[in-house]
Amino acid sequence: MSRESSDSKPIAEVRVGPDLFHALCWVASALAVATLAWIIYEIVTSAWPAIQKFGFGFLGSSSWVPNREVFGVFPFIVGTVASSFIAILFAFPLGLAIAIFLSENFLPAPVRQVIRFVVEMLAAIPSVVFGLWGIFVVIPIIKIFGDWAVKNLGGVPIFSGPAYGNSMLTASVVLALMILPTVTAISRNALTAVPKTLREGAYALGATRWEAILGVILPTAAPGVVAATILALGRAMGETMAVAMLIGNSSRLSWSLLSPGGTLAGLLANQFGEAEGLQVNSLMYAALILVVITLFVNVLGELVLRYTQSQTAGIR
Amino acid sequence: MTEDAARSSATQTPGRPDFLTVRNFDFFYGKKQALFDINMDIPEKRVTAFIGPSGCGKSTLLRNFNRMNELIEGVHYSGDIKLLGQSIYNKEVEVIALRRSIGMVFQKSNPFPKSIYENIVYGLRISGEKKKSVLDEAVERSLRGAALWDEVKDRLHESALGLSGGQMQRLCIARAIANRPKVLLMDEPCSALDPIATVKVEELIHELKQEFTIVIVTHNMQQATRCSDKTAFFYLGKLIEYAETQKIFSNPGQKQTEDYITGRFG
Amino acid sequence: MDNIVTHAPDFFSNSQAEATKAIARSLWNRVLTSVCVALSLLTLVPLVSIIYLVLKNGLPLLSWSVFTQLPPAAGMVGGGFGNAVIGTIVMVGIGLLMSGPLGILSAIYINEYAPASRLAQAVRIVAKLLTGIPSIICGVFAFAIVVSTTGRFSAFAGGVALAVLMLPTILLTSEQALMGVQSAFREASYGLGATKFQTIVRIVLPDALPAIMTGIMLAVARAAGETAPLIFTALFSQFWAKSLSEPTASLSVLIYNFSTVPFPHQIQMAWTASLVLVAFVTLANITAQLVFSKKH
Repeated sequence: MSRESSDSKPIAEVRVGPDLFHALCWVASALAVATLAWIIYEIVTSAWPAIQKFGFGFLGSSSWVPNREVFGVFPFIVGTVASSFIAILFAFPLGLAIAIFLSENFLPAPVRQVIRFVVEMLAAIPSVVFGLWGIFVVIPIIKIFGDWAVKNLGGVPIFSGPAYGNSMLTASVVLALMILPTVTAISRNALTAVPKTLREGAYALGATRWEAILGVILPTAAPGVVAATILALGRAMGETMAVAMLIGNSSRLSWSLLSPGGTLAGLLANQFGEAEGLQVNSLMYAALILVVITLFVNVLGELVLRYTQSQTAGIR
Repeated sequence: MTEDAARSSATQTPGRPDFLTVRNFDFFYGKKQALFDINMDIPEKRVTAFIGPSGCGKSTLLRNFNRMNELIEGVHYSGDIKLLGQSIYNKEVEVIALRRSIGMVFQKSNPFPKSIYENIVYGLRISGEKKKSVLDEAVERSLRGAALWDEVKDRLHESALGLSGGQMQRLCIARAIANRPKVLLMDEPCSALDPIATVKVEELIHELKQEFTIVIVTHNMQQATRCSDKTAFFYLGKLIEYAETQKIFSNPGQKQTEDYITGRFG
Repeated sequence: MDNIVTHAPDFFSNSQAEATKAIARSLWNRVLTSVCVALSLLTLVPLVSIIYLVLKNGLPLLSWSVFTQLPPAAGMVGGGFGNAVIGTIVMVGIGLLMSGPLGILSAIYINEYAPASRLAQAVRIVAKLLTGIPSIICGVFAFAIVVSTTGRFSAFAGGVALAVLMLPTILLTSEQALMGVQSAFREASYGLGATKFQTIVRIVLPDALPAIMTGIMLAVARAAGETAPLIFTALFSQFWAKSLSEPTASLSVLIYNFSTVPFPHQIQMAWTASLVLVAFVTLANITAQLVFSKKH
């Protein structure tokens, strides 16, 4: 539409083109906003029969038996939350360490560039490839660890046997790798946003490098690091394929990390293709719950991030 | 102004003239040489001002006294700097101990986003001081020393970021003297302050030289005449002239110095 | 600063105790540095492992014929994933056709026409929220509006799902791209008597184009690797697709399907497909960064 309104055209058309373009941009914006509402509307209406039939009991019920038309997602909610939190437990210290590593000069710049590239590569690898890799690498390792843990630490509920390869722990370990780039990137931004003068101030008072990092830089960057963690948690909760391929997709609740579990996203991935009738409605209900949880976590993360930015603006 | 400086030096007992010494000192940022063969003796319990146009090396030299320049990658030096006859580059000198004995105040005040109290005791805490009585005593002594006690004594546990610009800078001075340093380095401490806050900091410098050896970098020649005893003029990385402040400003020995202080360049 | 001092640095310390403490502090500093470096280098292990296995298991079957043949039936050998490559390209193309204009036009509106308007603020918030929506929800949405209404799985449904997935990336990176255009350019254009429209089309868009392309490349790379939005919208097919309204194969769904079967040949084909996918995604990412860095 840009060509149509070049200078050689008559004046009347020159007026029409720009106005049309302005209107078009407005329509596009309105459509973009409508998309989110539309998504939620479609999911709610499709889920409606299940919402009416099961109500809030759907959230607390543990049985998912399609051929008897009994549906409840409690184990999947637990699995979603648990796998994400365990993943954060692994990814947080690692991601923070890498963020610090990237913002300090422990090793020469080229080495830091390599690590940075590696972390960005992790973000680019498709979920399904993580899943494939997990099946052939992580599952055998977790199985060996699991057998050892059951034998030696079996008394602890989270290590009670029997140990499976397709387990909560396997899914969490791979999830941790997948969210590592998110934790690292946002934490690194928070760290580098800390004014250089604060670091100099700490050094000038006789602080060692790590006293400056732990006592001044990290506390100043803390809200940003928290935001990074929350946003990564949101990502982990919505992550589908790798988890579906590794977690075992069981609706049985277990305390053990070495037992199979299930997540909301995994449930959708596994059952949508062949679902019919009330099962579709129930899956839509499960999707709605997933949307609500992830939106809540993401909004929280964004709010913390905004708060952080306003805080660091005050220091500058 | 010069009378003022003369009076203050007359009332003080003279300390060691070679408290801090610089010998044949060259300094490089990568391949670029920033300082050329600097030699000078900085006297004890006096205020020594470094003046000169931007990029003349005065801040670079100041930042070598507490080895802050080492934070920049690719810097190197030759020659020596000695505090009380002991090389600050001696391998046995732990740089963290050195920085405790040579405190620094920066151009832009940089209080940590912590309470006023925690800012002051930071240096003590990292070196392992835990006794509350010692910390409390240090807070009061340092804040009084920085002429800030009366203004903040009722809100010691509020955030330091709530102070005015001038108060923040005096807090940073208090934070530096809480470490009981031997030397206090000031890198254009008033350049971001309004005239009233500047006067307060300058008065404070007068008080502080009773106890500390002070080296101050300044762009403001009135400030150098008001508060220093000796002045060093730097130009293009070289020490051009170094003498009593009174002499530098009334009867400079070098043409370049005269051109600079009369405002012909810089 | 990281040097360990073996000799008590008592000269500058106020006391011997403080000097001893300083040595301990230095040592602790060194320990923490080592831990931090070790943890950072540890991330190399999984990535190297993934790349190594994808190459080792994927290369043997890689040949021109895998791009031209249909997937092997269960237990059979030979074949390829030509239909999946085409399916992925077609569905990403449909997604881009829908989300590209929508995202770029919205970005123009919120950055050029009415940056402070309520609509613009709403667009920014919604785009941020859409980035946080799990990719499988895009599939659920496409299932609801396309599969349920047409009664069949189709490439079109897959494309719609990918469009929703790509929209926020394209929108937000385009906005960034437009913000990166110096306001001096706009002012100069207005100063010469140009209208807003002329300024946008002749000055702003050409200058922002490389960065917008970067956003598009990133969105394409991400969409090409996604499985969740396609798994129950486009489903899968063993055959060449004849239209956009029938189940369509994609590389990512092929990897998923073949990774869980008990046939070694299919599993190896999954690795080969992974190799193709990872190579494409990496290439797209690197191109995106090169295009971007050329501008800045």
